[in-house]
Amino acid sequence: MKPAPALAEGFPDLSGMRIAREPHWFRWLSAALIVLVLAAIARAFANGQIEWSYVSRFIAAKVILEGIVNTMVMAVLAMALGIFLGIVVAIMRLSPNPVLKTVAAGYTWLFRGTPLILQLLLWFNLALVFPTIGIPGLWSARAVEIMTPFLAALLGLGINQGAYTSEVMRAGMLSVDIGQYEAAQAIGMGRLRALRRIILPQAMRVVIPPLGNEFIGMVKATSLASVIQYPEVLHNAENIYYANSRVIELLIVAGLWYLLVVSILTPLQMLLERRFARGTLRFAR
Amino acid sequence: MTKPLVAIRFVAKNFGEFQALKNVSLDVWPGEVMCLIGASGSGKTTLLRCINQLAVIDSGGIWLDGELLGVREQGGRLHRLSESEIGRQRLKTGMVFQRFNLFPHKTALENIAEGPLQVQGRKAGEVRTEALELLRRVGLSTKANSYPAQLSGGQQQRVAIARALAMKPMLMLFDEPTSALDPELVGEVLAVMKELAKSGMTMMVVTHELGFAREVADRVVYMDQGAIVEQGHASDVLGAPREERTKAFLSAVI
Repeated sequence: MKPAPALAEGFPDLSGMRIAREPHWFRWLSAALIVLVLAAIARAFANGQIEWSYVSRFIAAKVILEGIVNTMVMAVLAMALGIFLGIVVAIMRLSPNPVLKTVAAGYTWLFRGTPLILQLLLWFNLALVFPTIGIPGLWSARAVEIMTPFLAALLGLGINQGAYTSEVMRAGMLSVDIGQYEAAQAIGMGRLRALRRIILPQAMRVVIPPLGNEFIGMVKATSLASVIQYPEVLHNAENIYYANSRVIELLIVAGLWYLLVVSILTPLQMLLERRFARGTLRFAR
Repeated sequence: MTKPLVAIRFVAKNFGEFQALKNVSLDVWPGEVMCLIGASGSGKTTLLRCINQLAVIDSGGIWLDGELLGVREQGGRLHRLSESEIGRQRLKTGMVFQRFNLFPHKTALENIAEGPLQVQGRKAGEVRTEALELLRRVGLSTKANSYPAQLSGGQQQRVAIARALAMKPMLMLFDEPTSALDPELVGEVLAVMKELAKSGMTMMVVTHELGFAREVADRVVYMDQGAIVEQGHASDVLGAPREERTKAFLSAVI
């Protein structure tokens, strides 16, 4: 074989050429169709039996604003309770102690296995089962006075959330490499300290997206507390339409507020993710 | 008369049906550098993990600095120690892992300071000074604020060595410290280990780096199928092995 020439013929230099833009006819067509359908829906609502003036009159009404504040207060507190319970239960679930393991599994089974609205009604009506509650000999009170709509909603939502969050947390902890436990043990850390200092901070990175999901779910789940008289935004909107019969208008008001809150939460989640991504390649530089 | 720092007596460890260690007995003397060699599955890593109790032995006993590890003898029976007592015993050993296992959410400095601050409860100022000194010792003064993901494998392993040294252990355990490294990064880690050996640290090193063993080790132990086959001075075991199995292993490796 004779020695190869520097470069073979027939393969021209393409370095100066640019990639042509494709027309993408189908994208234009489908976009136009969607705009058409949206316009038709908008027109139907505009001509439908909706008095939009009521929407604008009530969107910032005091009762509605109080409602959305109550919604957010409940969502944040119940989620905090849920995350706390979730972490505790996940740690119990992964512990070598069979008693703790079984208790944790039983908790998840019970509170995930029954409808949330049923749990809320049970908490709220606890007085029917236990007229007085307290610590024998020390303190007691009438259950009706203790179990306010606020407390019943907090317990119902928070404890239910804990059952779901524990599985999210468990997944996060399992995602951390076993070598991290060993390295923590090798520098003399006990199980709980290793969890707190080494494992959980790394698990957080993994669990924030699903937890964000859960929190958005929680914001909307607070609306179920309307059935036990907790004055959140849907409950207050209902009270208004019981009086003025503008059902759809007030449901739209409540719906817009939920949309607004959820829209604000999404960028907040991004900030949180960045905070816990410390040391990972994507953000380290 | 000096006593061995580590005394291993009739130690057995099974993983299900698999016998990882069969009646192993061994002494490690203060200041000694011991290299453990052998094929994978021969039990050398398991032996190391038993010494710092990441693995729990099934029978026999290991004494570190005169103290029985993991159990207490009382009334003719052995009782397991509590987690905090085992944690206290672990502080006497430093472990370096094959896969570094640095904490990815902490900087190099924070990785080194974590144990002294959190476990030993020492003052932040003095811990920081010592951690910076350790970083200098492993040649990474400029990387104090780097996260593990920003370091090469060799640099990560050197931080891991510094992290283990920060606890001021009396015994350093190295579990194949260079096996996960690209060939050009092995030298920098071995250099740090040589310096450490020269400083008089007692070391047990599971390794495939026979050159390192020949140069640094006071004693080489060859293990096969969960038992010690041959041990002795590095030049004897590596240069003129007596046992057939050692000869076979060495000729396969070199």
